[in-house]
Formats: sequence, structure tokens, C-alpha cells
Amino acid sequence: METPLTANIRSGHEPSDIDAYRKNGGYRAVLKALRSMSPAEVAQAVRDAGLKGRGGAGFDAGLKWSFVPMGSDAPRPKYLAVNADEMEPGTFKDRLLMEGDPHQLIEGAILSAYAIEADVAYIFLRREYRLAARRLRQAVAGVYHSGLLGRNIIGSGYSLDIHLHVSGGRYMCGEETGMLNAIEGKRANPRSKPPYPQTSGLWGKPTVVNNVETICNVPHIVNNGAPWFRELSHTDEGGTKIYGASGRVRSPGAWELPMGTTLNELIEEHAGGMQDGYKLRGLLPGGASTDFLTPAHLDVKMDFGSVEAAGSRLGTGTIVVLDDRSCPVGMVLNLERFFARESCGWCAPCWGGLQFAVELLTDIEAGQGRMEDIDLLESLAKMLGPGHTYCALAPGAAEPLASALKFFREDFERHVHEKQCPWNRA
Amino acid sequence: MVQIFVENKPYEVKPDQNLLDACLSLGFDLPYFCWHPALHSVGACRQCAVKQFRDENDTSGRIVMACMTPAANGVRISIDDREARAFRAGVIEWLMLNHPHDCPVCDEGGECHLQDMTVMTGHSRRRYRGAKRTFINQDLGPFVNHEMSRCIQCYRCVRFYGDYAGGGDLAAFSLRSQVYFGRHQSGVLESPFSGNLAEICPTGVFTDKSLKRHYARKWDLETAPSVCVHCALGCNTIPGARYGSLRRISNRFNGAVNGYFLCDRGRYGYEFVNSPRRLRQPLLRKGRSGPAAPVSATAALRRLREIISDSRVAGIGSPRASLEANFALRRLVGPAMFASGMSEGDWRLAQKTSRILKEGPARSVSLDEVRRADAVLVLGEDVTNFAPMLDLALRQSVRQMPVRETSGAIPPWDDKAMREAVQQRRGPLFIATPAPTSLDAIATTAWRAAPDEIARLGFMVASLLDKSAPAPAGLGSRERSIATAIAAALGEAERPLVIAGTGLGSEAVLEAAANVAWTLSAGGRTAGLCLTLPEANSMGAALMEGGPISRAVEAIESGSADTVVILENDLCRRAAPSLVENLFEKARHVIVIDSLINPTVARAGVALPAATFAESDGTFVSSEGRAQRYFKVMPPSGEVMESWRWLAAMGPAADAWRMVGEVAKDLENDLPVFSGISAAVYGAGFRISGQKIARQPRGYSGRTAMSADIGVAERQPPVDDDSPLSFSMEGFQGEPPPPLIPRYWAPGWNSVQALNKFQEEVGGPLRGGNPGRRLIEPAPGRPEQPPAPQPPFFNLPPAPFSPPAGRWLLAPLYHTFGSEELSILSPGIRQLAPAAYLALSQKDADDLGIGAGGIAELETATGFLRLPVRLAETLPSGVAGVPVCLEGLEGIVSPGEYVRIRAASRK
Ligand SMILES: Cc1cc2nc3c(=O)[nH]c(=O)nc-3n(C[C@H](O)[C@H](O)[C@H](O)COP(=O)(O)O)c2cc1C
Ligand code: SF4
Ligand code: SF4
Ligand code: SF4
Ligand code: FES
Repeated sequence: METPLTANIRSGHEPSDIDAYRKNGGYRAVLKALRSMSPAEVAQAVRDAGLKGRGGAGFDAGLKWSFVPMGSDAPRPKYLAVNADEMEPGTFKDRLLMEGDPHQLIEGAILSAYAIEADVAYIFLRREYRLAARRLRQAVAGVYHSGLLGRNIIGSGYSLDIHLHVSGGRYMCGEETGMLNAIEGKRANPRSKPPYPQTSGLWGKPTVVNNVETICNVPHIVNNGAPWFRELSHTDEGGTKIYGASGRVRSPGAWELPMGTTLNELIEEHAGGMQDGYKLRGLLPGGASTDFLTPAHLDVKMDFGSVEAAGSRLGTGTIVVLDDRSCPVGMVLNLERFFARESCGWCAPCWGGLQFAVELLTDIEAGQGRMEDIDLLESLAKMLGPGHTYCALAPGAAEPLASALKFFREDFERHVHEKQCPWNRA
Repeated sequence: MVQIFVENKPYEVKPDQNLLDACLSLGFDLPYFCWHPALHSVGACRQCAVKQFRDENDTSGRIVMACMTPAANGVRISIDDREARAFRAGVIEWLMLNHPHDCPVCDEGGECHLQDMTVMTGHSRRRYRGAKRTFINQDLGPFVNHEMSRCIQCYRCVRFYGDYAGGGDLAAFSLRSQVYFGRHQSGVLESPFSGNLAEICPTGVFTDKSLKRHYARKWDLETAPSVCVHCALGCNTIPGARYGSLRRISNRFNGAVNGYFLCDRGRYGYEFVNSPRRLRQPLLRKGRSGPAAPVSATAALRRLREIISDSRVAGIGSPRASLEANFALRRLVGPAMFASGMSEGDWRLAQKTSRILKEGPARSVSLDEVRRADAVLVLGEDVTNFAPMLDLALRQSVRQMPVRETSGAIPPWDDKAMREAVQQRRGPLFIATPAPTSLDAIATTAWRAAPDEIARLGFMVASLLDKSAPAPAGLGSRERSIATAIAAALGEAERPLVIAGTGLGSEAVLEAAANVAWTLSAGGRTAGLCLTLPEANSMGAALMEGGPISRAVEAIESGSADTVVILENDLCRRAAPSLVENLFEKARHVIVIDSLINPTVARAGVALPAATFAESDGTFVSSEGRAQRYFKVMPPSGEVMESWRWLAAMGPAADAWRMVGEVAKDLENDLPVFSGISAAVYGAGFRISGQKIARQPRGYSGRTAMSADIGVAERQPPVDDDSPLSFSMEGFQGEPPPPLIPRYWAPGWNSVQALNKFQEEVGGPLRGGNPGRRLIEPAPGRPEQPPAPQPPFFNLPPAPFSPPAGRWLLAPLYHTFGSEELSILSPGIRQLAPAAYLALSQKDADDLGIGAGGIAELETATGFLRLPVRLAETLPSGVAGVPVCLEGLEGIVSPGEYVRIRAASRK
């Protein structure tokens, strides 16, 4: 089984420096592309590979790039923004990639930028990722030094600068247009779409936003081709995926596996199954903002299409496990507290609805809830649905709430009837 | 037009708008918060949700935000849909989670959009049991009160203040349900448009602090249509009064003029009406120099008729008095004896201004045309301080070009997307002034020069655009390249505009501006020309044949007159002290009519208390040339009378005029330039359904109680003979014709947003047209062989500026707060007015050996003056800036004068 994304990563070791990285075949894809491929050919390779965005929405990366105006009339400068904000609770896959092999990300960024003829690339990094920041900064300096960044890279006529931008530290900064505002030094409110960033992004110029993991796939696609990439996967969605699991499993962690690995395999084999004395009650398949699935869903293949068919989303592909000895209401309250805290404050359903939801959940969890509060929560979850708010934060927040009410409703009702949390008796 | 379906019924609506625009224009009650007709859509509040259906077979539909959805052909929506209604109720519930529900103690109560929308949406029961978030408020200065806990996070305040008005010190802080709208710390709001926050904010967060000091609810305010008296732009206002005192000014929409906004001078200057310096009783002086004693109006008039009947009378009118008052004076003294009330210099400038606009091919533009101009040259004027709303208009005009370039991809009403796409791109705005202006920050080029050099630049631009226009000799290469850039930008524009004015006191600058605008008015294009003037009726006074003050003084000196009547004019502010001295020395009788006790009133033989704008009716002609009628808000009290009534009463034909409309009619007959001013308003006999229009709202309270100390019988409301408005709540309460709208109110719409119901379409003109009658239209074209003496262009560019050795040219500097005569009596405005100073360039100050804060001694034509020095980095050498009419400087500085300056000896 090939693991291209993590081949260079050795747990507990410093990442490869530029020389070691090059010795292992690193930056070969950049040399190949700049010497012998046009930007359109790079973009086409990614398009053929069917690389789906790994930031959560699964949008086809090559397709996204194809909306960028190209050629000499295109507005300049153009930008690539690498989304390394990774603040989704339960998600730590990009961290692994950046701390473990920073050059892979930089190589991917150079290639992606080349494909859209970007002049400048930003890596927008989560505030708390200090180690990644240090390693990326060091790596970028090394790449400049070796002449693979800056003016007229290896005489190709192509120039690119990469800046590392460390976030102010808010979940909303990871939403792609919120991120653009944050880079511009504005409040991280989202922007209205259309226009999409591909035509009007940073400072009103064409901009592509991609997730770290998405970008990290690009060098391998350029080196090995689309058919190879598609072969890596168990399903028709190409490539490998970095999956992860947290919660009361025996060995929580992150693993690179073929796209479409089943939930069962992930939990039982890679995460080592549930800890002794704990039973699986439910799970969030792809981070905090995805719908709960239950043990009945363990056969679901973890790719975008299959998880959606099962009623949730692949999201970031990092599973959060709910066990039978933890209170589902408490878990949902914890999640909603996060979303309410991180709401950017732009649209009322989100800042108001989530404050309301947290209040109701707090009361229920404390045994002070009323039956009608559960209906109220249900209608709130519905009202925060897609299209009702300005960006996807609120719909994301509604997903675990709505699905918890669907799968664990009796647990909510027990809190009301017993006037206390059954898991946490006084 | 496109067809949309609302509740399955077809409607024709204009394309290129969103569904909220369309629905409101159709008269539907659809609630909203973050949208504003001047600020457009951002989709933040989600209050305007409706259900959209794919086609007639789609029964499920989906929720969309009306303000973010184009009104495209065939769109089908339902406002009434259950889910949409429930969603809107949900939004209000969320907005109200943290709201303190303190309406009884909230200044917004009774005119609160949040109250209206809450009622409209049907949210009446609180389900949220948690704690509310609360905030600490800030002291934002004398104009705007801050009560943040009432905020619903609609973002209108920061969008108006920052995005629309260019203010940099109000922002949104923090996030989630805790967004704080304020300054980084307590402090006076810097924008001269801050008062609009009180109307923009749909809740009681930002309210009018001046109103707070003498508070009355909207339903307790008597209101009438009025016009601002604090500069020449003629912004439309709605003053509100109660118990005989003026409580506030709010905006009166005029799509061609001020639109939705006012400047802070216009909004907060009103308190001079309540000032303790009001003259409330006639004063009669014993002999020439005896004490002045109060007398009754009857006694004063008896004495006046005696004086008038056996004197030869000259009259000095006023650019701050109405046309009617000026005309009544002109009638009283005869045309030959009537002076306009302007200084020599102001008169010349005003004459030149009106002639350029009347006789040339460029169009005197409205403020709305300024907002829509796409390339602008400002020659000499510091518009922010001289005519503030022009600043706000220019901040919109610089967006024209980039928005036009972007609007293919993004609908212009999607304000958020548009601003993010446009970013900092701005259309051409060139500014040439002696001292820095606050518009410099958005200018393509801001150039500092002496007035003559500014004129030369203008002449150069004109000559580049049209070879037959004269070019100045010996222009420097930097000036040449600036002129080239200006000529290119204006030449390419669709709606080029030149702004100049009388502020600098330079005729050459006016001529240069005319030349530029005239060269641009060719080939089917009419360029805009905006020439600013200082006072509310400066243009009216310029159009009324008369002369400078000196005309009356000469009449007295020559003996052709022995008595002078001075109308609403503090001569000490306008004429040289020697001239004033002469007048008071030589005249047998000096009769002064004014509303405030000023140095001229103080020396009068007879002083008569005049009504202010708030207690009188009249017509002002704005600098655009727009004649606008204002109506009294409250009757004059006690012995106070309208100036024209005093004048009519003291004259021989004491009973000729009974109402102000008759004065206006006679004015039109005598001076055809004013014809049409009455047609634009409705006569005193106008009635709707047999009723007068009520100045008081239906809910006006305490009518009997307010005079209970005198008697409990309900008194007859005062009668208003002058207009079709009544001093009462009896009368018509609906929608009158635009010039007569006393307030905006409609059932269910108690806030200013009721204005939507008075417009042809939201954001569009009032139903029935924008008030006012333009008296000046451009000449059809610049004739090839113009009749003498008017040349096709002004032909004499000034020589390069070179001050005589050891002398400085005095350049007048204006202050929004402080330079204007009446508003300075408002406590808030006084608080913000700077103290007198002298501005010098660093180099000149060094040469003189004066540091910042040092004292300079000026030797002017009229005497010596000591002023602290402020350094103005970019002031041209040889030019000294002196603030106009700040306290202590009234009448001292005449623009264009050369003075000696030295470091004051330390004493
Ligand atoms: C509230 C919110 C937070 C997000 N945070 C991240 C993030 O931290 N990293 C990320 O890659 N995408 C994040 N996204 C998704 C991005 O908006 C965007 O879809 C993604 O970066 C696109 O990259 P991709 O196409 O390569 O997946 C977030 C979305 C939302 C609504
Ligand atoms: S849903 Fe609205 S409030 Fe929430 S983060 Fe997005 S834009 Fe901000
Ligand atoms: S202060 Fe007023 S205008 Fe500003 S966001 Fe709050 S409610 Fe809206
Ligand atoms: S701009 Fe002039 S007319 Fe308009 S409100 Fe201000 S002072 Fe009044
Ligand atoms: S008015 Fe439409 S979202 Fe606020």
C-alpha cells in the first residue's frame, strides 16, 4: 500500500531538510513542471486525477482552478492561499503534514501556484501551530536559498513568493473568504459568493484557496500521473486520505489510507477498537461540524459520496467517537459552545441562534430543561440550515445538533424527566 | 421592466434591483435591518427572508434573503409563506435575546425600527431564559449618545460611518453575540457626519445627544419641513419643537440634495434658536448714545413709523435672511437704496458666481449630481469645512468609476461584494488647495499652492482641453504634468465636475473653474460646475439686484440717506471696522432686525427681535440655484416677529402683505429671475380633504396640561396664516405633497424608515418629485461669437504668485465647527470649535523664528493681532492661514489681504 503523503514522515523525528527532501525525490515535480509543462498541463493533470478538496467540502480542486482567469489579460497579481488553519475540533491531519514534511506542502504550493499563474502564495496557519510555523519558516527560507522561490525560478520566467501568515486564532479564519479578509487585515467575516475567490479574492484579485492536504497531493500527481492517483483509492474518488480518530478508542491517531476505507476498518484496525469497558454509541465522521453516525453505519466507506449518502459528511475525515459512558447532551453542548464562541457575529441566526442553543442545552444538561426546549432546539437546528446563514459555520454547527436530536432524543428527554444528567448524577 | 410573482400575483418591477427593493417599492411590508436604501445589501441580519419557488409547480421552495436575491424576470416568491414567516420570527427572537427591552427609558422609543419590525414580525413572548450580554458605553462627544446593550448587530453604523462617510474611528470589535460597535476608546467621533448614526441605527444604541438634554418623544414633537441655515447647500431638514423650544433637527429626504443625510453642523447647529442670546423684545435707545430699553412691539412700531416717514432710508439686507425678508426691505427702501448685505469682496465673488452659472454652458449641479460625477477637480475649496455635505457627496463620486467597471460581475446593490471587489480603487479626484483637506486621503492628487497658483493650474487644464482657452505663462513642469493628468481624466469622464467657490476669496479661481467646466461642455456633454457660497441665501442675495454693504454706507455718507435698516446682519463680521464705524457715526437712525444679540444689534438705535428659521416661513436659494421654502415649526413667541412682518409693518403700506406668499408673489413680479418660487410650494389656502396638514402627530400629548398653570380650559391652537400647515394635531396626517411633508410616519412604520412609504420607489425621489425649484439653468451652449462683454473664456490667467518681501498672503481656513455664525451658539458645536490660531509653513515659521505654539503678531490693514502658531506642513511659503470667524477673529481677516508677521515679543 502506497502512502505518498506520509512517506517522508517519521514520528518523533525532525522533518527532512531541503537536501534530504531533494535526495528523496523532492522538488522533482517542480523541476519537471517548470521545465516541461505549461500551467494548463499541471492543472489538467490535477483535473484528471479528480483530486477532491480535503478541507471539508470535497470540491474538485482542478475544477476550482479552472475558474481562474488565465493568460496575459488576467488581472494581476493572482494569489494562492493555502488553508492551514485547521481549527475544526477533532482534526489534526494538516498538522501532521506540516510538522512532518513541510517541504511537501511548499512543493505542492509552488506547483498549484504555477498552475494558476499565481504571483504570491500565502500559507494561513493556525495560531497554535507553533512547531509547524517554525518548521515552515525554516523550510521556506531554504527553498528561497536554493532558488526554487523568488524571481524567475530556475530560469523558467515564472516568479513566486510565499508568505507564512499566522492566524489571529479564530475558527472563522479558516472559512475561505473569512481567511481572505483576515489576510487583508480585516475582520474575518465571510464574503458573499458570487463573486467567488477564483475571480475576485484577495484584494479583489483572482485567488485560489486550498487545504494543506489537498495541496500536498499535487507533487505526487505531477510526478506519477492521474491514473496512478486514482489507483490509490478504494473507490472512484482518487488518492489516499489522512484519516484520524479521537475519543475512547485504544490508539487514537492519524493514518494515511486509501480513500474509501470503511469506518469499521478505521476504528477496529487502525484505532485499535474501543477501550475496555466502553461501547461505541456514535461518531462524528469528519470533525465537529458533521452529522452523527451510529454503529449501524460502520460499513460506510469513508469517501465524500458514501458518507453523504449515509446522511453525514466526510468533512476532514477525522473521526470523533462518542462512547456509552459519556453524555451525548454534554458532548453536543460542548460542541455548540465552541461554535457559538467562534461565530463571527455577522449573521443573526448564527450568533443569536447558537447563543440560544447553548443556553437551552446548558439548561437541559443541568437538569433544568423543559420538554418544549427539545422541540425548540430541533427548530433551531432547522433554521440554521444551509442557505439560511451567510456562511457554512452555522449549518456546520446545526449538523451535530440535529443528528443528536435524531439519534439520542431519549437521552435529551431523560435529562428533562430526571431533572439531572443521567451520566453525571449529583 | 421585468415581471416577478409575489404570492402568485404578477408585478412589473425595474430590473437591476434586489427583491427587497422591489417588494418595498411595491408597498409590501417586509421587515429588514441591515439593508438601507443608501447603503444597500449585505445580508447580515437575515430578517428579510422570503420563500422562493423554482416555478409554479414548486410547492416546497427555499428560504432566500430578499435583499441578496436579484429581482430577475420570472422570480416567484412568497412573503406570507409559513416557513418564511417562522424564520423571520426566529430572527427577531435572536436579535432580541440580549436586548434590554428598556423602551420606556430609551430615546429611540416611539420612532424605533426595532419596535416596528418586532411588531410586524409578531414576536411577543420571550423564550430565552439565559443571561443577556451587556456592555460598557463610551462617551462619543457632544453629538451622539451610546447605549451598546441595545445593539442588534446589524452593522449599519460602521457601514455608514466607515464605508460610506469615510470615518476611521468607529469599528466593530469582538465577535459572536458580543460585537461591540464603538471607538477604540471613549472620545469625540471624528467624522463631521456622525449625527447620522442616530438615524442610521435602527435601535437606541446611537441617539441624538442634543435631544437628550431636552428630550421629547417623536409623537410629542411638532415638526415642519425646513431648510438648513448653516451653509449654502440647502439641505432639507425636519426641525422638531415642543413647548416653544427647538429640540432637534432630523433629516428631510430630498433626492436631489442631501438624500438621507445631514452634516453635524446642520444637525446640531439649531440650538442658537434656544440661545440666551436671543433678542426677545424690541429695544429702543434714548438719544444717540443713551441706554437701550425694552419696549413693546406696538411702541416700537409707533416709533419706527415716525422715523421712517420722515427719513431717507437705506437698507442692508442679508445672505442669511430669506428672499422674502430681503425683498420686503428692498420694497421699503427702494431698489436704489438696497444693499445685499455682503462685503465688497463677497459681493463681487457672488456676482461672478451667479453670472458664470447663468451665462455659461456648464450646469450648476445638485448634490445628487455630485454624488454621481465620475471625475472631479476641486479648485481651492476645503469643502469639508465650508460646505460639509459636499464632502460626503464626493466620497460617493470617487466610487463611480470602479463600481461601473465592476458592476458587470457584481450587482451594484450587493454592497459587501462590491466593496470587496473594488477595494481601494477610486475614480479621479484632484484637489488643489492652500492647506490640507480631509478629502486629500481619497484624492488622486492633492496639490498645495497659493490661490493664484491654483487658478493658474485651472487655466492650464482648460487650455489643454481646448486650445482656444488662454494658458498661463511660465507654469512649472510639475504643475504642467498635474494639469495634463487632470485634463486627461476630466476629458475621458462621462460626468466630469469642477468644484470651486468663494471660500478662498479669489475671483481668478472662479474664472479658472469656469474655463475648465466650459471647455468640458462641448460635443453634447454638459460638464458640472459646483460653486460654493458661504450662507444659506447667498445665492438668493446675489440674484437680487443690490450691491455691497458699502453702497448703503455711501448713501449715508453722501447724504442721500440718513437712516439705515439692517436686516439679520452683523456688519461687524463682514465689513471693515472703519466702514461700520462710519455708518453708526453718520446715520441719524440705525434700525436693526435680528434674532440674536450681536455687536451690531448692541449698537442699534432700534433693535427688533426677528424670528429664526424655526419661527418663520421663507425661501432660500441654495448655491445650486435651487429655491426652497421652509416653514415655521413653532409660532414666534412674545414680541418676536418674522423680519418681513417687521418690515411690512414699519413701512407705509402697513397692511399690504398678510402672508409670506404675497411677498413671494410680489418678488416674482418685480424680479423675474425668481419667477417660479411660489409655484414650487403650496399656498396658504391649500387643503387636503378640506384639512390643513398637521404639524403635530396624532399622539401629541399634554396639549391642555402644558398650560395648566395658566388655566385648564383648552386653548385655541395658534393660527398659521402663512402656510397650509396647522399648529395642531387636528388636520391631515397622511402623505402631503413633498414640499409639505412635516415628518415621516406611516401605519406600522414609526421610525425614519417610514420614508420608504413616501417615495416613488425606495431610494428614489419622493412621490411628486424632489422639492425645490431650480432658478439657474446653463446657457444653451458657449456661443462661437459671444456678445460682448462676455468672452468665450476668461482671458486673464493670473501671474505667478510672488508675495511682496516680508508679507504674507492671508488664506482663509474654515472649520466645520466654529466658522459659521449661528451654529457656534450650540453648546456642542462650541465645544468642538478650535481656538483662534495662525497657520504657517515650517519654513516660514523657521524664518520668522517662531516654533509651534509660539505667538505671532500680525499687522493687518485694520490693526494688530496676536495669535498662537500652528505648523501646516504643506502650506505654500508666503501664505499664512487664518481661521475664518473663529471666536475673536470675526470680521478681522479679509481673504486676499497681505499682512506683515513677526514673532511676538515675550510679554
Ligand atoms: C467555519 C469554517 C471553518 C473552516 N476551516 C477550515 C480550515 O481550518 N481548513 C481548511 O482547509 N478548510 C476550512 N474550511 C473550509 C474552507 O472554507 C474551504 O472550503 C477549504 O479551505 C477549501 O479547500 P479545499 O477545496 O482544498 O478543501 C472551513 C469552513 C468553514 C465554514
Ligand atoms: S454563519 Fe454568519 S455569523 Fe456565523 S460565522 Fe458565518 S457569517 Fe459569521
Ligand atoms: S449600533 Fe445600531 S447600527 Fe450599529 S450594529 Fe448595533 S443596532 Fe446596528
Ligand atoms: S451641508 Fe450645509 S446645508 Fe447641509 S446640513 Fe451641513 S450645513 Fe446644512
Ligand atoms: S435586510 Fe436582508 S439580510 Fe438584512
